[in-house]
Amino acid sequence: MLTRYGALLFAAGFAFLLFVLFTSQPLGAPTMLAGQAVLNEAAGTVGAANIVTAVVLAYRGIDTLGELSILFAAATAVGLVLGRSHGTDAAATAREPGGFILRAGADLLFPLLLVVGFYIIVHGHLTPGGGFQGGVVLAAAFVLPVLARPSETISHSAMAWVEGLAGGVFIVTGLLALAVDRAFLTPLLGTGQLGTLLSAGTLPLLYLAVGLKVGAELANLLLRMTEEESGT
Amino acid sequence: MAWTDLIVLIMVVLVLIGAGAALFLKNLLAAAVATALVSLGVSVFFVILRAPDVALTEAAVGAGLSGLLLALAAKRLGLWRIEIQQDSEDAGDSSC
Repeated sequence: MLTRYGALLFAAGFAFLLFVLFTSQPLGAPTMLAGQAVLNEAAGTVGAANIVTAVVLAYRGIDTLGELSILFAAATAVGLVLGRSHGTDAAATAREPGGFILRAGADLLFPLLLVVGFYIIVHGHLTPGGGFQGGVVLAAAFVLPVLARPSETISHSAMAWVEGLAGGVFIVTGLLALAVDRAFLTPLLGTGQLGTLLSAGTLPLLYLAVGLKVGAELANLLLRMTEEESGT
Repeated sequence: MAWTDLIVLIMVVLVLIGAGAALFLKNLLAAAVATALVSLGVSVFFVILRAPDVALTEAAVGAGLSGLLLALAAKRLGLWRIEIQQDSEDAGDSSC
């Protein structure tokens, strides 16, 4: 009975949302003034050819730090729940490797995924992409060999070290900006020439930290999901 | 413009088929693959709408990571039904 009323309430709310969306604003003609201002300003003041990166790391860097901490909390919670992997070493080594196609594909794809992931991260301020997307690709690169050969796992503590160091680099860069420029996470080191690899100040460094952190976190999470499903 | 419309039409059909398959497929592994298919089609929409950043995120997270996560979760819960069942002494294969 209650679920029926809940469904009715949800449908009514959804209809109201659609009504407001389609009546209050004409489609294709946004009234956002901040967006146009950022488009005009960002290339000159931040020096990033990819405006999205300029917004994500320079204009709303604290939001990005919040996203990172949410991801950290989620990964920590998963590790807390699924992290009892000490007593199942025998079960882990006893598992058979995957099929020939999976093993050959993993060997073939691992370097390619690594290169693509780092390319997306390092060119985050020039082309579409950045730390989050590239980090996910890196996590996929490190999970694939474990899926192919379950006996060769990657140590969780090394992943945790990479994750912690990357997060530390992000925060220390922000604090340095706080000390130099009196604002947290302001891009330092000048803008450089627009469109070159070493431009946009500290944004590439920040995105590298974000990418390594996201990659290590997600790889750790997925590895915990893959292991010890035979036990308990 | 015509080829963009054609791509959009194909992708709309693909996304709708994938969404329906994710709902109605009995095999949970196939349903996870169907959700990944939906994300892949949506990422093509983002490319056509000139939002390559969002498209990249959708393709990496939606199509790659969340599909894998769903499949692994189904496997951990013992709901991953594989056609060739080697051992019947596993605790997982008695459910569903």
